[in-house]
Amino acid sequence: MKEIVLLKLGEIVLKGLNRKNFEDTLIRSLKRRLARLGSFRVRAAQSTIYVEPMDDGIDMDDVTECVSKIFGVAAFARACTAEKDMEKIKAAACEYLADVLGDAKTFKVEAKRSDKKFPYKSPEICNEVGGCLLESFPHLSVDVHHPDVTVTVEIRDFAAYIRSDLIRGAGGIPVGTGGKACVLISGGIDSPVASYMMAKRGLELIAVHFASPPYTSLRAEEKVQELLGKVAAYSGRIKMFTVHFTDIQEQIREKCREEYFTIIMRRFMMQISERIARENDCQALITGESLGQVASQTIGAVACTDAVCGMPVFRPLIGMDKEEIIEISRKIDTFEVSIQPYEDCCTVFTPKHPRTRPVIETVAAEQDKLECERLIDEAVKNIKMLVIQ
Amino acid sequence: MREVYLDNSATTRVCEEAAQKALEVMTEKYGNPSSLHSKGIEAQHELEAARKACADMLSADSGEIYFTSGGTESNNTALFGAARALKRRGNRIITTAVEHSSVIEAAAELEKNGFEVIYLEPDKSGRINIDDLKKAVNDKTILVSIMAVNNETGAVQPIENAGRIIHRAAPDALFHVDFVQGFGKLPLKPKKLGIDLLSASSHKIHGPKGAGILYIRKGARIIPLHYGGEQQKKLRPGTEPVAAACGMGAAVKALPDMQSENAYIKDINMYLREKLSGIKNITINSGEECLPYILNFSAVGIRSETMLHYLEERNIFVSSGSACAKGKKSHVLKAMGLTDKQSDSAVRVSFSRFNSREDIDILVNEIINANNTLARSV
Repeated sequence: MKEIVLLKLGEIVLKGLNRKNFEDTLIRSLKRRLARLGSFRVRAAQSTIYVEPMDDGIDMDDVTECVSKIFGVAAFARACTAEKDMEKIKAAACEYLADVLGDAKTFKVEAKRSDKKFPYKSPEICNEVGGCLLESFPHLSVDVHHPDVTVTVEIRDFAAYIRSDLIRGAGGIPVGTGGKACVLISGGIDSPVASYMMAKRGLELIAVHFASPPYTSLRAEEKVQELLGKVAAYSGRIKMFTVHFTDIQEQIREKCREEYFTIIMRRFMMQISERIARENDCQALITGESLGQVASQTIGAVACTDAVCGMPVFRPLIGMDKEEIIEISRKIDTFEVSIQPYEDCCTVFTPKHPRTRPVIETVAAEQDKLECERLIDEAVKNIKMLVIQ
Repeated sequence: MREVYLDNSATTRVCEEAAQKALEVMTEKYGNPSSLHSKGIEAQHELEAARKACADMLSADSGEIYFTSGGTESNNTALFGAARALKRRGNRIITTAVEHSSVIEAAAELEKNGFEVIYLEPDKSGRINIDDLKKAVNDKTILVSIMAVNNETGAVQPIENAGRIIHRAAPDALFHVDFVQGFGKLPLKPKKLGIDLLSASSHKIHGPKGAGILYIRKGARIIPLHYGGEQQKKLRPGTEPVAAACGMGAAVKALPDMQSENAYIKDINMYLREKLSGIKNITINSGEECLPYILNFSAVGIRSETMLHYLEERNIFVSSGSACAKGKKSHVLKAMGLTDKQSDSAVRVSFSRFNSREDIDILVNEIINANNTLARSV
């Protein structure tokens, strides 16, 4: 009995003439991500992608774990294949579904017959297979409205597939189909979530992190690497750029008015990130800002930071509460890492009373006290790059 | 005289890789992994590499592996931690009559504290019957603890379906597996088998003494035994035993391919089995389906300890039972239905990859001599 994974495509199927591109990108990323588990045959037909293991030792749990993190997959299910012969289908269903049906009280059978040459019509398939399952598992009863388990028999071109319920996939659209963007990542809870959300909309990611030794520790940097590693499970590999930010922060502290420290710092971050983004063919920046969460994330402050940035800035968390953000961070397994208590560059040099309604002109005038171009050039020149898989 | 060490289930010789790593961590990378400076970070990297090695062995996530001082601490943390976390959900704890003393005694203590403890009895082969487990699990069950491999006989418990049975009947219950004698010898994926907690030890796989791991499935909650710092998510506070843990990591990495080692050990085991079966008055207590790393036999009439000392004088080291029982009568052999006579003369031989057929030749030779010359006292 051969087990495979069936992937159901989400909104890709609505993409009209571009659909092929989306499918191809998805299949490429599937192949790349599955490669470390063994060899597979991956092919698309009839709005479904078939992932078929070609080695013996492949653990199907690992396969489903892997595909559950690939954007563009709306739902998936493990299924067993059977020859298109009613007796063989029945036998396979009884054997394959023993565990799932053992835990259930009620079930129903659905049939999809896309191969119209199969001699049984869909209702007949349901009858035959349902009857056989009832006989083999006498504790079960049929409930067509709210069954514990829905058994689906699909009769397709190559073979028949028997599966229980579909599992929800990661959703979204395949990474890489939406272009490339650069995320500003600090090590907190928000930015990894923002990264995940934009990757879900098809963006390939690079990341910029600002480090301020000796005010911040190497651990903070490693924490960011770990966070990006978790995001990369969804987005694929991420190039991480670390910017040495201490000089700029010290200059700001020396020359600018205290209440503008944070806002000017954020403007520098945007400017530096934009440079790195452009050099790496990105078309947008991504931040984890949520409106009103802190003083630098008010509408006025956002306006001041956007004023120095010449590319779109995506803020997927802008309308979300902390609780909602935490919920996602738990789902993508970044929460536990995010809450480790290391200083990051945003928490040092924090003014006692930051401006919550800054005026762009005043902020710009304050920032102009510094040799901005030179500072930015130097920061960009000294970046370190690391590829996170 | 050649040293023949055949007591590898008591402990093993530390392998070169593990000893080197432990030394390196003690003398060079000696920082506290919690220190903020680079000396600390260096130690932390070593510790995390060791954690990853242990996690990979179980196909688990690094975040699910907690370093402890060894099997006994892992077992105690699992039992008390689970019982205390779930005491409002129910009262029943299920284990077996053939567990290691660190499970049996912990269970007995929980019994004194008002928990109802059920001990499943094994059959003659030392295995429990899975139907007995089915009957014992009810919705008041909060914890089931079953060892994977018995430390005296090598009997492998039928745990493949246990997780499913337990979680179906008692969705809140935690399933703990004492995997000390199986770790590195038997492939097992806790996630796949519905195992929530699992114990393993370093010094049974050629790592240093003083380290072990407790696997805690992501999402399973237990209450810690100790209170203190922030280490290991507060579940096991205190500075980690870095040298021993890193030695364990290195020992795990140094393990040969499981299949080929199993075949090698099986060959030694069968060789000894064959030779013993030709000697009169000797009965073999470990069935052939047992894990080949352990072979338990009785030279009926000769006290276990007498045999042990006789062999020891000839530089051969075996065990009279479990090292942790320190000579007490074996509850395991008794539970398997052995007569007192057989049980009092039981000898446990346990192998490692450092043994060879030559060791067996020397052992068998001396057993024959002992069998012919020693006074029969039981």
